[in-house]
Amino acid sequence: MAEATFHGRTARPAGIAALRRIWREANGLQRAALCIGLALLAVAAFAPLIAPHEPTAQSLIARLRPPIGFERFKEGYLLGTDELGRDVLSRSLHGLQLTLVLAMLGASIGLVLGGGLGLLSGIAGGTVDDIVMAAVDAQIAIPFTLIALLVLAIFGSSIEVMVLVLGLYGWEQYARIVRAEVRRLMQMPFVEAARAAGATGSRIAFRHVLPNTVSPLVVQFTLAISNIVLLESTLSFLGIGVQPPTATLGSMVGIGRDYMPTAPWIVVVPAAMILLVTFTVQILGDWLRDRTDVRLIDR
Amino acid sequence: MLRHVLRTLTKMAVTLFAIVTLVFFATRLSGDPIDFVVGQGITQEDRELLTRYYGLDASIWEQYWRFLGSFVDGQFGLSFVERRPVGEIVAERIWPSLQLLLAGISFTVLVSVPLGILAAIHRRTWIGSAIMTIAFVGYAVPNFVLAVFMVLIFAFTLNWLPVVGNSTPWHFIMPTIALSGTLIAALTRFTRNAMLDVLSQDFMRTARAKGLPEHTVILKHGFSNASITVLSVLGLQIAGLAAAGNVVVEAIFAWPGIGDLLVNAAILRDFPVLQFAVLAVAFAVIVVNGAIDIAYGYADPRIRLGSA
Repeated sequence: MAEATFHGRTARPAGIAALRRIWREANGLQRAALCIGLALLAVAAFAPLIAPHEPTAQSLIARLRPPIGFERFKEGYLLGTDELGRDVLSRSLHGLQLTLVLAMLGASIGLVLGGGLGLLSGIAGGTVDDIVMAAVDAQIAIPFTLIALLVLAIFGSSIEVMVLVLGLYGWEQYARIVRAEVRRLMQMPFVEAARAAGATGSRIAFRHVLPNTVSPLVVQFTLAISNIVLLESTLSFLGIGVQPPTATLGSMVGIGRDYMPTAPWIVVVPAAMILLVTFTVQILGDWLRDRTDVRLIDR
Repeated sequence: MLRHVLRTLTKMAVTLFAIVTLVFFATRLSGDPIDFVVGQGITQEDRELLTRYYGLDASIWEQYWRFLGSFVDGQFGLSFVERRPVGEIVAERIWPSLQLLLAGISFTVLVSVPLGILAAIHRRTWIGSAIMTIAFVGYAVPNFVLAVFMVLIFAFTLNWLPVVGNSTPWHFIMPTIALSGTLIAALTRFTRNAMLDVLSQDFMRTARAKGLPEHTVILKHGFSNASITVLSVLGLQIAGLAAAGNVVVEAIFAWPGIGDLLVNAAILRDFPVLQFAVLAVAFAVIVVNGAIDIAYGYADPRIRLGSA
């Protein structure tokens, strides 16, 4: 009991001090990205509470109304309404939530799938390694958009299929990173020592090797989120991703395109939000890469 | 050298075969394709007739065998939607796609090589950091957002540029820029890094010590050495990015190329067209990558002789 309190007392100030140091070392852009990133997460998490309207609530008398400050602005619809009289702000907030949830699910599945294959490939070696690496090479050779088009056409566009497609994205990059790290680590004296002490293969893999691959994976994970947001928005924009009436930021831009000459706000609001998300994640990922000093394949 | 070429060719062949097989069996996972062609409410006889018409009455292995054979005799089946040979449909789309790709890649090289060199030379001043910031930010802008904002400004607000199709040179401007955005961001970064590697070499100091003018040192001694790296990156990374970008950009501007065809085939579930177009693009990317691999090996004796 006394020991636990002792740990608690020292750990907390150390954590805060570390956070302070990180904040001091960051430049203006990185600080801004951190704040915006946290704000975006909060807004997305509480979207249903913040949004003034239901995202699918239509209003025939309030169709195609412009945002505040323009003529014909309608009270209560801060950023205007779309062609069915739905509130653009509310739809964007819900769209942001879905976009971020999909991106995180996708990046996590890719991490587990690719990381697992990389670990297997690196530890088993031999034929297993050859097969996994052949699959990685094949995956690198084909633009992922093509695979996404194919899978979505085959299985139809639903949220579940989207999660599957986004989860397949980038697995080969995780696999390559983990495999390279594992092969490097397997040569280390501490792994040899563990093996000499009689540790089993899986114990060496999960207990000794895997924890050491965490920091490059975290960096890759962050960058993957930005890329997956781009991919999901692009697919939904093209009309083969998330289907109406459910909105993601990309599908709002895609559908709003038809009304662009008369009602540009339907497109501008979600498009600007996509940019905000990808810029923020990209800056944070780059910062993380610098901090952990990880050399990844530049992409 | 021969060994390097053979190894690359074998790898290409294996990848291609894997993709062809995967695409064939994946498209058969979706159930009876006839359902997509006609939907509900046809008689049993009509259904059987159609099944025979599209060659779907054979066993799956026979169909697979015939599918592989189609790469030899060039008969890739009929489109479910247009009822025309798939090869014909895809063939007439190749040229517009190539035009857009060439325009996009030329524009990318014209913009990002000078920018990358500038950023490397002025890496400690505001010029360098400004260029890198723009390249960094540009990488996070999706093609379609760039396209949508351009359409909004230059087509709908200013009325300067046309939006749909490829009939005049004016039609090339927005699609080319929309396609190049991400590519420029990527290639500028690569050019800068490649230049930085070269600039720190001893022969650069020798060239300066000989009293050569600075621009000769930078371009002739510097960039011609960096260009090998830039070229290989252009092939390996940019080919994939450009193929993906082309799909989106063509769909937005109704450009009559393969990308537009792919998206429509995916939406309409026109599987014969979809699988053939996917294979055509994958084939192009793999061939370009393989060619660059071989060319790179030719330029670099360490790879050519198989020690690396």
